[in-house]
Amino acid sequence: MSGSPKNLPPFANNLLNNTLGTASAKHLDVYSQTFYTVMSPTNNLPEKVSLNLGFIPLTDCAPLVIAKEKGFFHAEGLSVSLSRESSWANIRDKVAAGVLDGGHMLAPMPIAASLNLDGLNTPMLTALSLGLGGNAITVSHALHQQLLALDAQVADPYHSVQALKTLISQQQRAGLPPLTFAHVFPFSCHNYLLRYWLASAGIDPDKDVRLVVIPPPLMVSALASGQIDGFCVGEPWNSQAIAQGIGAAVTSTVDIWHNSPEKVLGVTCAWAEQYPNTHQALLRALLKSAQWLELSEHRAEACAILTAEEYVPVAIQDLRVFERGEFQYSTDRPALQVPDFNVFYRYAATFPWVSHAEWLISQMQRWGHIPPSINAQEVAAKVYRPDLYRQAAQALELPSPLIDRKNEGSHNNAWLATSDSVDIAMGRDCFFDQVNVEPRYTDA
Amino acid sequence: MPKLNILLVDNDPGRSAIVKQALEDAGHNVIAKLNDDANLSKNVLALQPDIIIIDMDAPGRDTLEQMREINRDQARPIILFSAPNDQRFMQEAIRAGVSAYMLDGLNQTQIMPIVEVAIARFREFQALRKELDDTKSKLADRKIIEKAKGLIMARKGLDEDGAYQLLRKNAMSQNKRLIDMARILVSVEDLLG
Repeated sequence: MSGSPKNLPPFANNLLNNTLGTASAKHLDVYSQTFYTVMSPTNNLPEKVSLNLGFIPLTDCAPLVIAKEKGFFHAEGLSVSLSRESSWANIRDKVAAGVLDGGHMLAPMPIAASLNLDGLNTPMLTALSLGLGGNAITVSHALHQQLLALDAQVADPYHSVQALKTLISQQQRAGLPPLTFAHVFPFSCHNYLLRYWLASAGIDPDKDVRLVVIPPPLMVSALASGQIDGFCVGEPWNSQAIAQGIGAAVTSTVDIWHNSPEKVLGVTCAWAEQYPNTHQALLRALLKSAQWLELSEHRAEACAILTAEEYVPVAIQDLRVFERGEFQYSTDRPALQVPDFNVFYRYAATFPWVSHAEWLISQMQRWGHIPPSINAQEVAAKVYRPDLYRQAAQALELPSPLIDRKNEGSHNNAWLATSDSVDIAMGRDCFFDQVNVEPRYTDA
Repeated sequence: MPKLNILLVDNDPGRSAIVKQALEDAGHNVIAKLNDDANLSKNVLALQPDIIIIDMDAPGRDTLEQMREINRDQARPIILFSAPNDQRFMQEAIRAGVSAYMLDGLNQTQIMPIVEVAIARFREFQALRKELDDTKSKLADRKIIEKAKGLIMARKGLDEDGAYQLLRKNAMSQNKRLIDMARILVSVEDLLG
């Protein structure tokens, strides 16, 4: 056979080109199966080929951007437009109304939608996590100086929050107004991790501080203008504030909860039901994109792609933690290695752990955002769909964990998750207040 | 029916002036028009509007979402599209680029005419802006084509018509639009100039 047969979708052609060169028995087998699927009447072709997906300008929109720019969507026969949105509410509304097919969402958003907390009566689901971690808590220069005066080791969650507790107590005795911290959306991991961190030292997030919502791209200017004293936001906005000398990070959120959930691919349940093959194609493309992003040698190219005008137009040096795994907590201290700051594929980072959803629901209940009567396990299993993930991973011969839930917080060290093929090397998932925290800057 | 108080949040002063006028002409009460949504929650608390009409591009939308969470004891703004079977109306609003919140407890049917006025004006403004953008980009395209023609004239010693024909012929043979061909030529000239 010379060349590729005509009239095949691009992914079939790609497959032919990739497999015929190395025609091992296994490859031929995959080839004939796929060929059969493509040609047979009951095929898996996407029901809908042209898709619109929404995203917010953040480092962790990278799997979507890379899938488009490196041709992973195209290889699955999808033509995807990415639409940069100015608020999470916009993504939610546009997905609910069908103006967008799906989008970059905060992990608690599909949960909130399914509980109708947004009032839109449109249940949503996720079958893929877009990565783990990626946020930090940054405070104003003035607040940082006050915290450092109380404890020179402020840069890890334990020392930072203890110093903050002392400071807040002093300020309350002096009759000063409460400090204001911003996060990005009521139903966000930022909100719940910020609350978890504050509460661990006995700071009541609803009484002892003021919590406000500010969209990520406006965080840096809000901190600069003194409108807020600190924020919890995803990259590159912490790095930008630090590089501009406006603030300093007091902890990354991966240090609060190691390898914690962050963004997901969210679609409505109705959409997933109407376009199951399209959904699978989307999941496969994003799995390949996450795998591509995982390789450190791809990060420089990813930075160049990501900082284009239509995606995340920031200076390339603001993406240093993404590019090299180095995070600079403040301008007067050296950058430190934080290799797990953004995790895209390893540690089963793309897997929609039902236990992630359960933890988020438990925090919604903890802070009175939803009634305690809601059955967390039932809701989580409806919104988080490892079954759909496994189908996509299997088609790509990628391993998936066999379990839907892990015991969150119980892994203080690396561990192995049993999968349908090779075991998966997992990262720890402990919370900072359950283990001994080593200070980030030991020379301080 | 008592007059409802409307807060309009839009950073496009031209559009918000038109929308405000239209709402007032229809007999409604616009209590404030904010161009900047930086202090949105403070303003909402101080002004106590019944309805908030907000530009979908305003990042302050997420701030309003939080007000629904924190003001558990007060009347809180809820998003308008909460009734089922509203998808068509919601799409219409989204395409026009407008979103609306109303105070919990108000009757949605009371609010609809107000939001419809806003949607209509947003859409009208969008059409105007598109027309303006199209005109601007046509003008810019013309300039690039003129420049490309000039380059061909200088290099090939052709007259204006000959240069245009050559550009057109090349565009057609490469299956490109005339403007795209001209752009390539101009950028190559900038590079190698």
